[in-house]
Amino acid sequence: MLVIHCPYCGDRPELEFSHGGQAHVIRPKDPSQATDAQWAEFLYLRKNTRGLFAERWRHVRGCGRFFNAIRDTTTDQFVVTYRAGEQPPASVVGGAL
Amino acid sequence: MASHTATAKPTIVLDMSWLESPAHTTRLSFRGTPAAIAAASSVFGVPLPTSACRSATVGSRSALWQGPDEYLLIAPESERTLIIQALTNELSAHAHSLVDVSHRQNGLIVKGPHAVWLLESGCPLDLDLSQFPIGMCTRTLFEKSEITLWRLAPDIFHLEVWRSFTEYVIALLSETARELAA
Repeated sequence: MLVIHCPYCGDRPELEFSHGGQAHVIRPKDPSQATDAQWAEFLYLRKNTRGLFAERWRHVRGCGRFFNAIRDTTTDQFVVTYRAGEQPPASVVGGAL
Repeated sequence: MASHTATAKPTIVLDMSWLESPAHTTRLSFRGTPAAIAAASSVFGVPLPTSACRSATVGSRSALWQGPDEYLLIAPESERTLIIQALTNELSAHAHSLVDVSHRQNGLIVKGPHAVWLLESGCPLDLDLSQFPIGMCTRTLFEKSEITLWRLAPDIFHLEVWRSFTEYVIALLSETARELAA
């Protein structure tokens, strides 16, 4: 079974986690001022990266918290996980995201 | 042609000594800021653990870490009103959430030399003492049911199971117990 490192609970089995889509999607500060295109981009447009990708994950059957993970979408390897609100470690990402 | 008349099922007597129900319990789900957590610790009389997946017990009251700002407070049923009032008064100045979940879930105690074996039949965690020491508690899965698993002793576990899943969890554990006995 794939073991995922929860930033709060430590290494836990994959079964306890749920996937939460692309990470670091920033909501427009004032939606009423955003153009339709900007709003549509926030709501619907996501990357479909092959390789290292920043994603939100939730330890739904554990501590219940969302966190971020850098995962390789071709190998399913979790390179690093970090708490929500933090930026991905530059050493791992190298500006690729 | 096979007969379709109903026949009496053979009676299977299962050894259920591995399963116990704890006494009626007050369960409170508490979430709050660090200041609220400190205040709750002094009112509840149990220091709420700050390290992940750990519990603290003083007398008949226990606090189980559920998340970074989330705890399950367990106490005897008779102290329910007293505790809720005391916490509500003391925490009025802090951002917090206090929910009585006493009847949301049932407690089960799984014990005996096969306790680890029974639980590992449906729980993906490593329950070796080095990985899951006494006092450790966590939400996890038992087959398809969410449970809170709490180790009281090397071979005694306390499970908190949501009410509608209790029958399911007991049935699966009984099935494994029957296999172990066979």
